[in-house]
Amino acid sequence: MEWETVIGLEVHVQLATRSKIFSGASTAFGAAPNSQACAVDLGLPGVLPVLNEAAVAMAVQFGLAIHAEIPEISVFDRKNYFYPDLPKGYQTSQMHHPIVGAGEVEIGLDDGSTKRIRVHHAHLEEDAGKSLHEDFHGMTGVDLNRAGTPLLEIVSEPDMRSAKEAAAYLKAIHSIVTYLGISDGNMAEGSMRCDVNVSMRPIGQAEFGTRAEIKNVNSFRFVERAIAFEMERQVELLEDGGTVVQETRLFDPDRDETRSMRTKEQANDYRYFPCPDLLPVVLDQAYVDHLRAALPELPADKRARFQGELGLSAYDAGVLSASREMAEYFEAVKEVCGDAKQAANWVQGELSGALNRKGLAIVDSPVSARQLGELIQRVMDETISGKAAKEVFQALWNGQGESADAIIEAKGLKQVTDSGAIEAMIDQVISDSPAQVAQYRDAEPDKRGKMIGYFVGQVMKASRGTANPQQVNQLLKEKLDALC
Amino acid sequence: MHDKTLSELASALDAGEFSSRELAETLLTRIDRFDGNLNSFISVTPDQALAAADRADAARARGEAGPLTGMPLAIKDLFCTEGVKTSAGSRMLDNFISPYDATVVEKLKAAGTVSLGKTNMDEFAMGSSNENSFYGPVKNPWDTEAVPGGSSGGSAAAVAAGLVPAAMGTDTGGSIRQPAAFCGITGLKPTYGRVSRYGMIAFASSLDQAGPMARTAEDCALLLGAIAGHDLRDSTSVARGVPDYIEELAAPLNGLKIGLPREYFGDGMDPEVEAAVREAVKVYESLGATVREVSLPHTHYAIPAYYVIAPAEASSNLSRFDGVRFGHRCDNPEDLIDLYKRSRAEGFGEEVKRRILIGTHTLSEGFFDAYYKKAQQVRRLIRQDFLDAFEEVDVLMSPASPTPAFDLGARKDPVSMYLQDIYTIAVNLAGIPGISVPAGFSGGRPMGGRPIGLQILGTHFAEARLLNVAHQFQQATDWHRRRPAIAEETL
Repeated sequence: MEWETVIGLEVHVQLATRSKIFSGASTAFGAAPNSQACAVDLGLPGVLPVLNEAAVAMAVQFGLAIHAEIPEISVFDRKNYFYPDLPKGYQTSQMHHPIVGAGEVEIGLDDGSTKRIRVHHAHLEEDAGKSLHEDFHGMTGVDLNRAGTPLLEIVSEPDMRSAKEAAAYLKAIHSIVTYLGISDGNMAEGSMRCDVNVSMRPIGQAEFGTRAEIKNVNSFRFVERAIAFEMERQVELLEDGGTVVQETRLFDPDRDETRSMRTKEQANDYRYFPCPDLLPVVLDQAYVDHLRAALPELPADKRARFQGELGLSAYDAGVLSASREMAEYFEAVKEVCGDAKQAANWVQGELSGALNRKGLAIVDSPVSARQLGELIQRVMDETISGKAAKEVFQALWNGQGESADAIIEAKGLKQVTDSGAIEAMIDQVISDSPAQVAQYRDAEPDKRGKMIGYFVGQVMKASRGTANPQQVNQLLKEKLDALC
Repeated sequence: MHDKTLSELASALDAGEFSSRELAETLLTRIDRFDGNLNSFISVTPDQALAAADRADAARARGEAGPLTGMPLAIKDLFCTEGVKTSAGSRMLDNFISPYDATVVEKLKAAGTVSLGKTNMDEFAMGSSNENSFYGPVKNPWDTEAVPGGSSGGSAAAVAAGLVPAAMGTDTGGSIRQPAAFCGITGLKPTYGRVSRYGMIAFASSLDQAGPMARTAEDCALLLGAIAGHDLRDSTSVARGVPDYIEELAAPLNGLKIGLPREYFGDGMDPEVEAAVREAVKVYESLGATVREVSLPHTHYAIPAYYVIAPAEASSNLSRFDGVRFGHRCDNPEDLIDLYKRSRAEGFGEEVKRRILIGTHTLSEGFFDAYYKKAQQVRRLIRQDFLDAFEEVDVLMSPASPTPAFDLGARKDPVSMYLQDIYTIAVNLAGIPGISVPAGFSGGRPMGGRPIGLQILGTHFAEARLLNVAHQFQQATDWHRRRPAIAEETL
């Protein structure tokens, strides 16, 4: 039987507020355990939550970015369960009236086409602390620094049909939240975490199959691997005549597999009810409009503009708009050099290659956008050849000069366009290559075009790459033909 | 000096009759002498009290004394007080020293008051008799066979017995008004949102409200002025100006429209209680008020709705007491589940466990709509009943409790205990303010037996009017000046 995979994602994004969602404690990562947990975060008797307005603004910005409905009223609910790193015995979340309603996210597929993934809703909630199982001699330590960090949980519709689509969706969410600046998107530090719902159904069947929810899928790569494993597991079960059990499974990246955590029967009854300590959040239209007006250009719009206005290919537009930093760098290079295609080639070619070799992010590039833009300018105005440009780039990368011009000057890479100087080099090459000149002269005129390459190479070599290749070509042809 | 009201004490302190320190010392000695039997205090804090009294005397010497400077008080043990045990009447928090002050405590300190200690209460404010305290029951100063009411029973008894001139209480379903009535003092439950809940250990967050308990409406006015107001740390506190409650006390009652809820004057009301309330209403008529009957048609649903909503919120609020970070932890837990189970089983008393179970059940999947959602709908109807009534009348009057104080141990069945709060509970559901003032005594005993309280209700934020109406009654009657024998005893 042919099977179709149905995937939905719940993405938890840590919002980049300075203080927590319901207290004034700092949200900075990496502090000593429990040094960033105040009375409210500890859930001491008598404390009350106060909603952080910045978290609301960020959630609304996300909603606007995915063209979602922003309800006028949203409500915080309590999700009740016991866990040592959950200080109050409940998590303050939003169950029935989330801050962001239905929206959609566009993802780019490998064939250059795009697909819209619907978002069911996104809601605000507080993060829990962390249980620490090492170094406590059989006991468990609890660090509540993370408790109360604002999270935006983005719940998709089951619209994805492959692991690749799921990864592309996660990347699209990552790119939206980092564009908006509402999250650092750092998956290694847990700023973005993902639960994946996977089910299988025979192709053509309308109803969904029974799904498994996979927790702890915390990188783009893991999403693909976890789904691949789960697809195989479920198909094997189904083809053996078995059934998939609705359950929560945990992804183990070390073993590359998912394992059952709890079945539906063992699931908690969270006893949601509206949190009586917090008033409903009421957003007036003026507030929403104000946030809308302040939205930056978003990845999908940028991609469309790069393709439409700048004439880049779908692929180039996709790569260059994938992150805000990449797009900003590319646009700065383009501003300086004045040519989008050249800028795109250099950013994706020479620069990305160098960054990848060193494992650097674009913001850490040793070559600034201005330096690269000026370098491209020098290629375009024929001050240097393409070959010399690579040498200049390497020098900029190594910090051997402040600007392309300084390096060109210091290394003497300026292209020779003085025809007298080029002619002198040509004459020298011709007199040094009597055999090749003889071959050229004896060849049929229509074969001579190919044979000229040898002479061009020799001249370029003699000029250490500084001779203008077009001029060399032109002058050589004239001089050799004159000998025939 | 132990018999004076706050305003009388202020005059005496200003006149130099005695110092704040002498006053605090006298009352601490009285507590030491008389409270062993009453059990109205869980913690007495003489060191902090005398230090605060000295600061108050110094402020007075500098000419910086305000109306509450140097005033001794007691604080219900539900309010977090920095550096002092805050138990909520529970074994669960017997070891809990709060690292911070509740907003109410902070404001009272800033006003220069002198807290003598923390008063006894029903565990986590769940009870109407103060018999549900880990620290043992409080006795009624009028009759030690009787309960003082609850849950703010310790605060009420301490004021009635002349141990403090005033105390702070909290009221979730009648916990200020009913013990005030049982102990013959004046107690005000403000509008929900009038006073910050920050630092008050939560029982039912949408119903809890702090308020003053004192010997007169005037003293309640003084204290409410000090504790009311918006608090950035409590989102449910209301940003609304605080009126001068003292200034409005003197307003005459000519033309005051009083409503008597038909549904309240029916079955279950003790005849002596009814007689006392009707007598009080006559006093108001003599002061120029008019009286009419009004209807609160959804009254009968108040207790069932309350016993869905309050336990639901409580079951969630009390989840933080899990033995992990603070409070009671069982010995040698085998694993996490054992830690939770035994810490909570040992730390909580019977009534608290009962309400956690009720609340957990009513919030459960499959029951939520039938219980919690329905109760919230009923709550809106009850609120509307009051709003409709206040279209017709200025205040409503009723007993604070269907009976005078009952005997210790007399109410074993939880439901009969819950029915105690029939006249007070709807007020919390509606969020409106209410005050209880002494209005008589039951017969049959020396000194007229046990006190009876008149409850006066007003619309949202009508505290000034309620205090005015109560004060004028106290200008015309002397029920509030009656003292139990224990308060007459001198050192």
